[in-house]
Amino acid sequence: MYPDQYKYTKEHEWVAPDGTVGITDHAQKELGDIVYVDLPKPGATVETGKSFGSVESVKAVSDIYSPVDGEIAEVNEVLTSAPEKLNEDPHATAWLVKIKLSNPSQLDGLMSKADYEAYIGGL
Amino acid sequence: MSEGPLKKTPLNDVHRALKAKMVDFGGWDMPVQYSGIIDEHQTVRTAVGLFDVSHMGEIEIKGPQALDLVNYVSTNNAAKLQIGQAQYSGLLYEHGGFVDDILVHKVADDHYFICVNASNQDKDYEHIAANAGNFDATVENAGPCYAQIAVQGPKGLATLQKLTATDLAAIKYYHFLDGTVSGTPARIARTGYTGEDGFEIYIAPEEAPRIWNELLEAGREFGIKPAGLGARNTLRLESKMALYGHEIDASINPYEADLGWIVKLDKPGDFIGRKALEEVRKNGVKRKLAGFEMTGRGIGRDGYEVQIDGGNVGWVTSGGPAPTAGKNIGLCYLPVEKAVPGVAIQVMVRNQPVEAVTVPTPFYKRSK
Repeated sequence: MYPDQYKYTKEHEWVAPDGTVGITDHAQKELGDIVYVDLPKPGATVETGKSFGSVESVKAVSDIYSPVDGEIAEVNEVLTSAPEKLNEDPHATAWLVKIKLSNPSQLDGLMSKADYEAYIGGL
Repeated sequence: MSEGPLKKTPLNDVHRALKAKMVDFGGWDMPVQYSGIIDEHQTVRTAVGLFDVSHMGEIEIKGPQALDLVNYVSTNNAAKLQIGQAQYSGLLYEHGGFVDDILVHKVADDHYFICVNASNQDKDYEHIAANAGNFDATVENAGPCYAQIAVQGPKGLATLQKLTATDLAAIKYYHFLDGTVSGTPARIARTGYTGEDGFEIYIAPEEAPRIWNELLEAGREFGIKPAGLGARNTLRLESKMALYGHEIDASINPYEADLGWIVKLDKPGDFIGRKALEEVRKNGVKRKLAGFEMTGRGIGRDGYEVQIDGGNVGWVTSGGPAPTAGKNIGLCYLPVEKAVPGVAIQVMVRNQPVEAVTVPTPFYKRSK
């Protein structure tokens, strides 16, 4: 379910080694039907732990916190017109943004697949 | 918000077995969704959905002066009710603000059965009991005596009909009959909070799990699904039905909430709030509830500020995506002169103004 090569955060985001960021399957399940995604523009600077956008379900708004420092290189425009894809394929085609990492070693500080599975198991 | 353990309805184990997502709703452990809010919403609009609304409160008023007491504490005119008829009404404070919105059922000349909001039932009971002193009538807080199940949607009648000998088609909208459902005594009311045709049944709590499962079985051929509070909210919002704590509360009077039709100033006798409402009627309201549709990208939600040309003019009472309307909609309070369709407003979404426009309500009306 959770790809080995990704790193994970307590806020239920994943980061691929190339800086692609998304929300986890656990996150989309908790949110329910996702109806709106608000993402930054390419070129925007993001900072670890700071909100760079939001994902909204029918019921609620959830912030997306950047897992790393960097600059937004690319935004998944598909989600603007089809936010429900986040419910269907959160770990692959429904990625949120690609971040040009300022400091790739930050990834080492995030949770592994096993750590994340243990973390959500305890929630 | 509330202290102590969450209250549970008699169907709590059933919801958990159905893998519902449970939430704290005003101190009650309630299902917010089963298959998903949008799916449940559409199922109620097109087929039939089953809701556990046992958290709702019931208050029984009985005695020779039951009608006088009901008419003294509520805004509508209960004297107009026939036996077996229900009426939407307001329970107000002297200053004209809402204690709650209620559904008054006339069971007999000396017996009225009132359905009230879950989180308000003790407050409502105390309010009515405190004002009952001059009337030959008893007031009973009867919430624990009833489980309530709502069968809502175009196939609601066909579903419930399989479990009862009562001719459901003969029950008119906002009427009820005391009969049986699958052998257990039931108050069967053609009421609801979804904007669809349907029924709400009041039964003994211990019978609720059995009746719930039999209803799911009876509705299977129609595609019945259990539906949670999430869908209940989107359904009632599209139909512009008020929710206490959102469109109405102690600071809001019925005229502001576009509920002037439940205030009968011409009914005989005094009632709580009459004096304040007569003043409001004379002077007019300053703010009024209006519907809006988002035209910019973003969703206006409960509590968000509303601006016009950079100035604060009001707030969103309820807002979100409307599955049937296919738009992001909401209700908001605006200065009365702006509370008409076609006014450009801005909803402050995360401190950013997002364009919206006021529209006629309701957002959805079923074809009869």
